[in-house]
Amino acid sequence: MNWMLALPEIVLACCGLAILMIGVLPRQNMFFGCTMASIGALVVTAALVLTVPDGAGFAGQVISDGFARFMKLLVLLGAGIGMLMALDFNRREGLDRFEYPVLLLFATLGMLIMLSANDFMTVYIGLELLSLSLYVVAAFHRDNEQSAEAGLKYFVLGALASGLFLYGASLVYGFAGTTSFERIAQALLDPAGRSQGLTVGLIFILAALAFKVSAVPFHMWTPDVYEGAPTPVTAFFAAAPKVAAVALLTRILAGPFGELAAQWQQVIILISLASMVLGALAAVGQRDIKRLMAYSSIGHIGYALMGLAVASDEGLHGLAIYMAIYLAMNLGAFAVLIAMRRQGKAVSRIEDLAGLGKTDPAMAMWMTIFMFSMAGIPPLAGFFGKLYVFLAAVQGGYWTLAVVGVLTSVISAFYYLRIVKVMYFDDAQAPLDARPQTLTMVMGISGIFTTLFFIMPAPLVRAAQEAVSALLG
Amino acid sequence: MNSVGFPLLSLLTFLPLAGVAIILAVRGDEATVASNARWTALWTSLITFMLSLVLWFRFDKNEAEFQFVERLDWLADFGVTYHMGVDGISVLFVLLSTLLTPICILSSWEAVQTRVREYMIAFLILETMMVGMFCALDFVVFYIFFEGVLIPMFLIIGVWGGQRRVYAAFKLFLYTLLGSVLMLLAILLLWYKAGTTDIVELFTLTIPPSLQTWIFLAFFASFAVKVPMWPVHTWLPDAHVEAPTAGSVILAGVLLKMGAYGFLRFSLPLLPVASAEFAPWIFALSIVAIVYTSLVALAQEDMKKLIAYSSVAHMGIVTLGIFTFTQQGLSGALFTMLSHGVVSSALFLCVGVLYDRVHSREIMRYGGVAKIMPAYALVFMLFTMASVALPGLAGFPGELLVILGAWKVNPWVAFGAALGMILGAAYMLYLYRRVVFGRITREDLRGLLDLSPREYAVFAPLILLTIWMGIYPQSFLSFFEASVAALVERHHAALSAARLAGL
Repeated sequence: MNWMLALPEIVLACCGLAILMIGVLPRQNMFFGCTMASIGALVVTAALVLTVPDGAGFAGQVISDGFARFMKLLVLLGAGIGMLMALDFNRREGLDRFEYPVLLLFATLGMLIMLSANDFMTVYIGLELLSLSLYVVAAFHRDNEQSAEAGLKYFVLGALASGLFLYGASLVYGFAGTTSFERIAQALLDPAGRSQGLTVGLIFILAALAFKVSAVPFHMWTPDVYEGAPTPVTAFFAAAPKVAAVALLTRILAGPFGELAAQWQQVIILISLASMVLGALAAVGQRDIKRLMAYSSIGHIGYALMGLAVASDEGLHGLAIYMAIYLAMNLGAFAVLIAMRRQGKAVSRIEDLAGLGKTDPAMAMWMTIFMFSMAGIPPLAGFFGKLYVFLAAVQGGYWTLAVVGVLTSVISAFYYLRIVKVMYFDDAQAPLDARPQTLTMVMGISGIFTTLFFIMPAPLVRAAQEAVSALLG
Repeated sequence: MNSVGFPLLSLLTFLPLAGVAIILAVRGDEATVASNARWTALWTSLITFMLSLVLWFRFDKNEAEFQFVERLDWLADFGVTYHMGVDGISVLFVLLSTLLTPICILSSWEAVQTRVREYMIAFLILETMMVGMFCALDFVVFYIFFEGVLIPMFLIIGVWGGQRRVYAAFKLFLYTLLGSVLMLLAILLLWYKAGTTDIVELFTLTIPPSLQTWIFLAFFASFAVKVPMWPVHTWLPDAHVEAPTAGSVILAGVLLKMGAYGFLRFSLPLLPVASAEFAPWIFALSIVAIVYTSLVALAQEDMKKLIAYSSVAHMGIVTLGIFTFTQQGLSGALFTMLSHGVVSSALFLCVGVLYDRVHSREIMRYGGVAKIMPAYALVFMLFTMASVALPGLAGFPGELLVILGAWKVNPWVAFGAALGMILGAAYMLYLYRRVVFGRITREDLRGLLDLSPREYAVFAPLILLTIWMGIYPQSFLSFFEASVAALVERHHAALSAARLAGL
């Protein structure tokens, strides 16, 4: 048994338990200490992820390869910044309890397990660990009705999704005789092994994962949860778990079920199209910026899934790049959202940004960059994300996807521009409260990445390529 | 590397960004920041212009190939390189961009008083995008600059524009974005087929005619909106009217050339068969544009709107010239693009002069300006005459060549183009008469001051160019003769090759 393969997860789990103890024992508030310790644990884990050798272990349950490494680093980055962004907000909102970073840490652990899963049992353990932690943090503002509602809603629908996943996995087990990805792949090599039951099982699994990535038609929870949860929680939701779930979906479909591509492709194409269209249209009328970001994230998942839908190397490559860029610009945009406080209260209407170009030029500039980037306007990073998935769609001859993709990106440009318009063209409101240094830093780093990505796109592009070729073998 | 020995084009492209960095670094109270931003922007753009003059003197006019070429690995795994270079078609537009930017900055010296820093940053970024676009020899790099123009332009119109600025900014952005994304798909298709996006290598690619049609339509969606051609021109009057003066100048001077440049650079050489097939349609649309927008211009009551419509008409002449595929037509189109870049920019500046003083663009608001501002009236007349293509001024050689080229293809097409000249004279003279001559109907006009030294400085280079281009057009035509000849020759060779293959 090769312990090394799961070393990051083991270390992170131990750290989580230790931090929990640190949080409980002292008499004073340990929120800051626990957050810092958790971020430290994530950094250590990231370093370990880089050193783990390739291979499969634990009786084939766990795998470590370039794809897992790439996605794990993204997840750790998203999670770490997610924790950092909550520091100030939670203190001001009275949410500065040490459980918060610990829960996020366990959610991250769940994501890492999902990413190294090579067996449906492992997937489920990771998925549930992630989901259970997220249910709690969604309702973390327990005295707030909306937050409680968000947590409950997420829990009920999430439990349904978990049920679907288990049902699908058991169908797959029933027809393939195994839950191991490798053996499922072997079973599918033989045409006789490709029974209808497997396809049905796969569809259930797809539905469950579509729920996790909030793709249409399983997106209903997203706007409500995004709106209701405290903003740092929303920021966390929109970043790391999305990456993890998309990566897991990719691994399952491209790995064990690669032979059934003709079947699952239709589903993914439909999901991708529907997500792009709904993400573009439904966001137009939103007044709450968190809801708007929810629909925007649905749309972005649609674009990312376009890479999966074409089921080619280039497509997965585009998907990996898309998720990395999505993560970077989303974290920056949410840093701005978290910084939206007026007279000590968090605000989230789009009009609350009015005149930001006058009252806080730096933040307005970063937000403008993020919005143009999300709209996919060159030379910002978001353009390159779209470029690669569109390239894959064109190469595969999926013209419907490509044309719908570009048209919806024009529609979505409208609502991203609306935010820019509110910030620069509208009359100024009272200024927002001074923002904490941490958020300024996150905005700055993410903004610089988004702006200057075009100078050196090659490193990320190459890393994504290596990740994908590791996945496809 | 190239004949100058250092990466001139990259320097021209990215030097304005250095100015942006300096402006961003300035701290202090608002007045200091504003004046620093103005001076930094002016000096940056002037230095850029000085540098670009190297192109004027060192460009080899007998060479049809690209010059000042630079090439760097960028996305090597995908066959995308950072490839810059200019040929006879693009070189003068680089100069036009670098010339108009300092003029714009100078013209908004006093007119823009709010958020001066952001304003100057937007213009410098705009300059980077424009120069980069004309220099790019890689399709993806071209697209990045081509689209990137929208960001500063959106902000310029939206922040410093007139009353309906929000509507105009959104319309400009979404209209052009919609066209461009379709072109993006065509670029991706070419990329996939050829394995490279290098324009020079793409020129050697033979694309099957059926595919050419689709790619042409996708390119057309983008370039026709940018030109703009009738009936997708409606964003232009709105954008022009609402934009601040300098925004209108750049819009008319450079951005409108991007569409026509796209046709010349991409549609014609890459898609010869489809271009020939669609030529009659383009002629029809161009003639409609010329006649219809000229008539619309006659009925305008807003000076900027009138000039905006006249721009659409002039660009109709340009597209008409391009699709004649003759040496005269193409040269004429290029010359018209240049002269329109100078003349219509100057006309917008003329409107700006009045607007700065009276804060109205309505024609009815004026009258008898000649008696109050004689120098201004003279300048305005010069550009009006150039706009109606009076021989001896910038507008004439280009339009004449286009009509000649069109005559070779079809006399009726030439007739349509000539109609544009007649109608152009009608609406421009009508405008001039109503604004400059007549009795002074409003008493408050009597207090207007004539051109200030700053305004003289703004107009001087444009006046010089207008006369120079009219009297000795050869010094400009000689730049693009070789490249245009090569383009026409390649076009006809490709057509006959396609015909042979068809047999």
